[in-house]
Amino acid sequence: MKAHGTVHKYGDNVDTDVIIPARYLNTSDHKELASHCMEDIDKDFVKNVKEGDIIVANMNFGCGSSREHAPIAIKASGIGCVIASTFARIFYRNSINIGLPILECDEAAKDIDNGNEVEIDFDTGIITNVTKNKTYQAQPFPDFIKEIINKGGLLNSLKK
Amino acid sequence: MGMTMTQKILAKHAGLENVVEGQLIRAKLDMVLGNDITSPVAINEFNKNGFSSVFDKSKISLVMDHFTPNKDIKAAIQCQQCRGFAEKYDIDNFYDVGNVGIEHALLPEKGLVIPGDCVIGADSHTCTYGALGAFSTGVGSTDMAAGMATGETWFKVPSAIKFNLTGKLNKWVSGKDVILHIIGMIGVDGALYQSMEFTGEGLKNLTMDDRLCMANMAIEAGAKNGIFEVDEVTENYVKGRTDRKFEVFKADEDAHYNRVIDIDLSTVKSTVSFPHLPENTKTIDEAEALKIKIDQVVIGSCTNGRYSDLEAAAKVVKGKKVAKGVRAIVIPATQQIYLDALKNGLLETFVEAGMVVSAPTCGPCLGGHMGILAPHERAVSTTNRNFVGRMGDTTSEVYLASPAIAAASALTGYISNVKED
Repeated sequence: MKAHGTVHKYGDNVDTDVIIPARYLNTSDHKELASHCMEDIDKDFVKNVKEGDIIVANMNFGCGSSREHAPIAIKASGIGCVIASTFARIFYRNSINIGLPILECDEAAKDIDNGNEVEIDFDTGIITNVTKNKTYQAQPFPDFIKEIINKGGLLNSLKK
Repeated sequence: MGMTMTQKILAKHAGLENVVEGQLIRAKLDMVLGNDITSPVAINEFNKNGFSSVFDKSKISLVMDHFTPNKDIKAAIQCQQCRGFAEKYDIDNFYDVGNVGIEHALLPEKGLVIPGDCVIGADSHTCTYGALGAFSTGVGSTDMAAGMATGETWFKVPSAIKFNLTGKLNKWVSGKDVILHIIGMIGVDGALYQSMEFTGEGLKNLTMDDRLCMANMAIEAGAKNGIFEVDEVTENYVKGRTDRKFEVFKADEDAHYNRVIDIDLSTVKSTVSFPHLPENTKTIDEAEALKIKIDQVVIGSCTNGRYSDLEAAAKVVKGKKVAKGVRAIVIPATQQIYLDALKNGLLETFVEAGMVVSAPTCGPCLGGHMGILAPHERAVSTTNRNFVGRMGDTTSEVYLASPAIAAASALTGYISNVKED
C-alpha cells in the first residue's frame, strides 16, 4: 500500500472544528462534508486539493470534538494520508476505523514543507520527500491496526 | 506492578486479572452513547454493514441535544433518522425534545452511569462520567456503531497522570477554575493518550458538579479519560438514581504514574482561557486588568449547565442588570435542572436581570444555534472550547470561564471578577 502526492502543511493543534466547522454537521453526506474541508483554517484547500495529496501537520492534529465527519471530510476530499508529529487519540481511532491512513513521524512533520512532493510506503513506514530527496522512518502500523485496515475498516473487520 | 483506577476497570471489563499500559484489549461496555450529530453517521454504518440487532437496548443512549429544538430542516432530518432507529430497535434511553437534556448532564442525573462502569460515547466529552469513578471516553461514530452491535470495543490501556488534591476552594472559585488552571499548566496535549486520575484529601471538598465539570474537560488536555476516586460524595450522588450494584476501584499503592501533580485547591484562583486554545489561561486579576469588552455571555453546556452553576450565576446577578450591549444567554442543561431553577426563582432572577433562558441544548457551544457570534465579537462562555470559529465567525473570540465570572462579566460588559456588595 502506497501514497504519493503534494503536501498541504499545517501547524500545531489543528482541531476538528476547523477541519469541518459544526455549521456543516447537519449532514453526513461525504461529498458535502468534503466541500467544506479545512474551511476555517485554509479557505483555498478545497480549491487546491488533488486526489492523492497528503496533509502534514505538527503536534496534536485532530484535537477537540470527536466528530468522525472530520476524517470523513479529509478522506472524501481525496487526501491519501495524514502525517503529524502526534495525533489526538479520538481522531487517530476514527481515521483507522474509516480507512484513512495516518502516520506519526515527528522528523517528517518538522522537515516537510508546504508543496513538497511526498511518497509513503505503509508496509515499511518509509516516507520519501521527493522534492528534498530525503527519507524519514515512521512507525509502521501495529498488526492489530493493519488487520482493521486490510479488512476495509472496523465494521468489516468485525464480520465473521 | 500495581494498576491505576482506569487500568483496574479496563481489566475487569476485559475479563483479565491484570493489564499493563500499552496492552491492546477488548472490553465489554456498560453504555454506548450518541447524539443527534454523531448517531446518524453511526446508524448509516450500522445499516450499511448489515447489522440487524443491537447488543442490549437498555445499554444504548441516544440523546437529541446538539441542534435541538431542530435548528433547520437538515438537523430535523438527522433527528428523524435517530428517532426511526430508536423505534426500530426499541432503544430504552432515547431522549428527545421534552425530556432531553445535554447528554453529559443527563446520563449521570438519570443514573445511567455508575461507578466502575465502562462507557463509550460518540462525543468527546463522554469523559465527564469519570467524575462518578467510571471509565468513560469519547470515540467516533464507527466505534459507536460497532459498540451498539457487539457491546464491546478495543482499547489501548493508557498510562496515567495523578493529581493529588489538597485543601479547599475559595469563595467564587469552582471546579471549572481548577480544570482551566490544570490545562494552563500541562497544555492541550499535556495528557495525550493518558488518564488523569484525581485523588487526595481535598477531594471531599469538591462537589459532584465540580467533579463532573473537571472530568468533562480532561479531553481538553488531550486525555483519554479523567477519573475521580469514589467517596461518600459519589455514593450520595448515585444513591436513589439506580438499582444496579456497583464496584469501587481504587488504584494500587504501587501503581505507576508518569507524573504526580500536587494541587492545593486553596491556591487556585478564578481562571479565564483566552482565544484560541483552552491552555491560554490567565487569572481573573490578570484578565480583568486588560478591560476586554464583550458582546455576549453564555452560561450553560455539558461543562457548566448544572444546578449549582446556575445558582452561582443567579447569586451574582440577583437584583442587578446586564450591561448595555451584552446579550446574556442562560441554558439549563436538563429539564430537571430547568424545573428546579424555575421552582427556586433562579429563572426569574435571570429574566429580571435582562438575560434570556433557553431550552436545554448544546446550541451555541459549538456554533450550532442559539447565540452565534458575528465577525470580531467576543463572548465569555462557561463552555469548554475556544477554538477559531467555535461559536461563530472565524474572527470572533471565546473566553472560557466559570459561571460566576461569566455572570459578573455580563453585569459590567467586560471580563470581570465578582464584586461583593
